[in-house]
Amino acid sequence: MGNGTGIGRVRGLGSSKQGGHHWVIHRFTAFGNLLLAPWLLVSLVRLPDLSFETVAAWLSSPFASVAMLLLVVSVFWHMRMGLQVVIEDYVHDEGNKLISLLALNAFVLIAAALAVVSVLKIAVIGGAA
Amino acid sequence: MARNSNRPLSPHLQIWRWGPAMAVSILHRASGSILSFGGSVMLVAWLAAIAAGPDTYAKFIDCMTADEGNALHIGGLNIIPFIVLFGISWAFFQHLGSGLRHLVLDTGAGYELKTNRFWSIAVMLGGIAATIALWALILAR
Repeated sequence: MGNGTGIGRVRGLGSSKQGGHHWVIHRFTAFGNLLLAPWLLVSLVRLPDLSFETVAAWLSSPFASVAMLLLVVSVFWHMRMGLQVVIEDYVHDEGNKLISLLALNAFVLIAAALAVVSVLKIAVIGGAA
Repeated sequence: MARNSNRPLSPHLQIWRWGPAMAVSILHRASGSILSFGGSVMLVAWLAAIAAGPDTYAKFIDCMTADEGNALHIGGLNIIPFIVLFGISWAFFQHLGSGLRHLVLDTGAGYELKTNRFWSIAVMLGGIAATIALWALILAR
């Protein structure tokens, strides 16, 4: 990818002007989800019950806290990239597309921030709330 | 630039005979969208309820579970939360299976007609089977 000739400036970037970066990150986060989502499912099924004491004690252990934080980052990142492609494919009006992408980013950031703060709070104070 | 409405759109979904590869492809998007809206909201609501403390968590559990003597419940869950969680679990297994299929296809493998057809059907049946197995496991407890 050179910066001299016209063809050199655009080669490898495609119509999105960013090459394969979006695609690659989508796959990286897919691998993260592939490890972390089954971990969450198996952990939930293996818990003796879903009472506050049980889930707070489980989620306040360092392993579970870190895995849950990584899950939130990987899942929400993957989700943001997937829905971005869906919006770009189906919303053709440029104004609506911009608003849809803005709403998507706001939703993902708010939800992920709420999840991260919740996990951190549980990790620090555990079931002593 | 807005689309020129005088120009025809490429006819796609309407004119093709549906096959397993088409179905699993759009199911990947559909299940991903279900997980994005249903799964993410359930996960964040659950985490936030735990973080807010025992009282809030008790209200959250109360919303999800049936009272004693309520006929409209399955495995202790209210009927609507059951349908939502059942749908999310199917979307999870479907997206997991079709996502693994996509990772294989990304390597350039699995495009032979018979192989592609086989794994398209296998992924859809596997998603349903895994969902039923999970809920059998939960309800048996």
